[in-house]
Amino acid sequence: MIEVETFPTLAEAARAMGAGAAYLGGGTVMMRAVNAGDAPARLVRTTDPALTQIRAMGDTLTLGAGVTMAQILAERDLDFLHDVARQIGGPQVRNMGTVGGNIFAPHPYGDFAVALLALGARVAMADGSSARPIEDVLRERDRPSGLIASVEVPRPRPGAFAFRKVSRVRPKGASIMSIAANLPREGGRVRGARLAWGAMGPRPLRGAAVERVLEGQSVDHGDIDRAAQIAAKGLEPPTDPLASSWYRTAVAGVHLKRLLQSMEGR
Amino acid sequence: MAKKPVTVTLNGTERAGFAEPGQNLLDFLRRGLGDLSPKYGCGQGTCGACTVTIDGQTHLSCLVLAEAADGRAVGTAAGLADGARLDPLQDAFMENFAAQCGYCTPGMLVSARALLDRNPRPTRAEIVEAISGNLCRCTGYEPIIAAIEAVAEERTRP
Repeated sequence: MIEVETFPTLAEAARAMGAGAAYLGGGTVMMRAVNAGDAPARLVRTTDPALTQIRAMGDTLTLGAGVTMAQILAERDLDFLHDVARQIGGPQVRNMGTVGGNIFAPHPYGDFAVALLALGARVAMADGSSARPIEDVLRERDRPSGLIASVEVPRPRPGAFAFRKVSRVRPKGASIMSIAANLPREGGRVRGARLAWGAMGPRPLRGAAVERVLEGQSVDHGDIDRAAQIAAKGLEPPTDPLASSWYRTAVAGVHLKRLLQSMEGR
Repeated sequence: MAKKPVTVTLNGTERAGFAEPGQNLLDFLRRGLGDLSPKYGCGQGTCGACTVTIDGQTHLSCLVLAEAADGRAVGTAAGLADGARLDPLQDAFMENFAAQCGYCTPGMLVSARALLDRNPRPTRAEIVEAISGNLCRCTGYEPIIAAIEAVAEERTRP
């Protein structure tokens, strides 16, 4: 039997967490477990309105953990995230699924977190401690240290960011993989390359090998070919009903190349 | 564990019931309030047969906790007709043979109605996108798309 506890503030909900409790956000992941009868015995949720707020301060956009994909699509300040949010789930899921929940969505879900990883987002926790790189939160997501309050996303430079989701079914299908690239340039050369993969490992992961190839380059055809050749280096993609590990490894370079080519001349 | 009182405005009428711990909105609507129009398909948010609106936005009612809908406006396919007068979408679904086994139809209608309410003249691509969260294993979707297009075109006539 499940016990549901609802709190008016995130801080109270965070204090109520503990062994045997799970946080219920938009429900698109956790309610599946509830329906299947294998959810934790205690569900904690909050109606805190701060969780659904979007704030812009300079070039940093702060998304409450409870902001939905549909809210992102309705916000002009978040135009650089529209192409990502549009590819998450179907219309109903976009009305329900949240920014915070996506960070914890298991393989092959969590494509929005892939974009956040490439953008260098930082995550603010409910306890008010200073925001941490999303890498750290993703690495510890199986044993989270608290509830997420918001995600701070730096606006990418014009033309520097692109996202690609590869699925078998269109317009709605789970990922074979997703790729997000943030390639800011100085003097025509990439400085501070960030590339992130989804569904290519146990969680969204940086593509360190690709980043090394692209760093300092102008990203011409030769650079793109070199990046494509080593695309899956260091990654051990899982096998699931959508694709085998071998297949994901084999086609990673093809999709990386298409993504990088789509960014040319922007 | 105690049941929780839940009040929703269901298709414009205030309705109250008791939700069991962990009960989803779909089950609450069907067993608690007797609205059998939303269907149980997959129970994991894949098929869209349970689609309802909450405060005007389409949701998968199987993935909504019943008590989380407390105080909100819920819309189902049962609320589309006005007595014996069907919603134009329902007429168009009949005219275009858009229902075969009919199990996906209530969810399709709710998604289509939500689309037309915010975008009365959708393109074909927008229609396809709007029903992309609703699976149909009978029709191949074309008759459904044609039915929604027919209503949209009707509206554009002077």
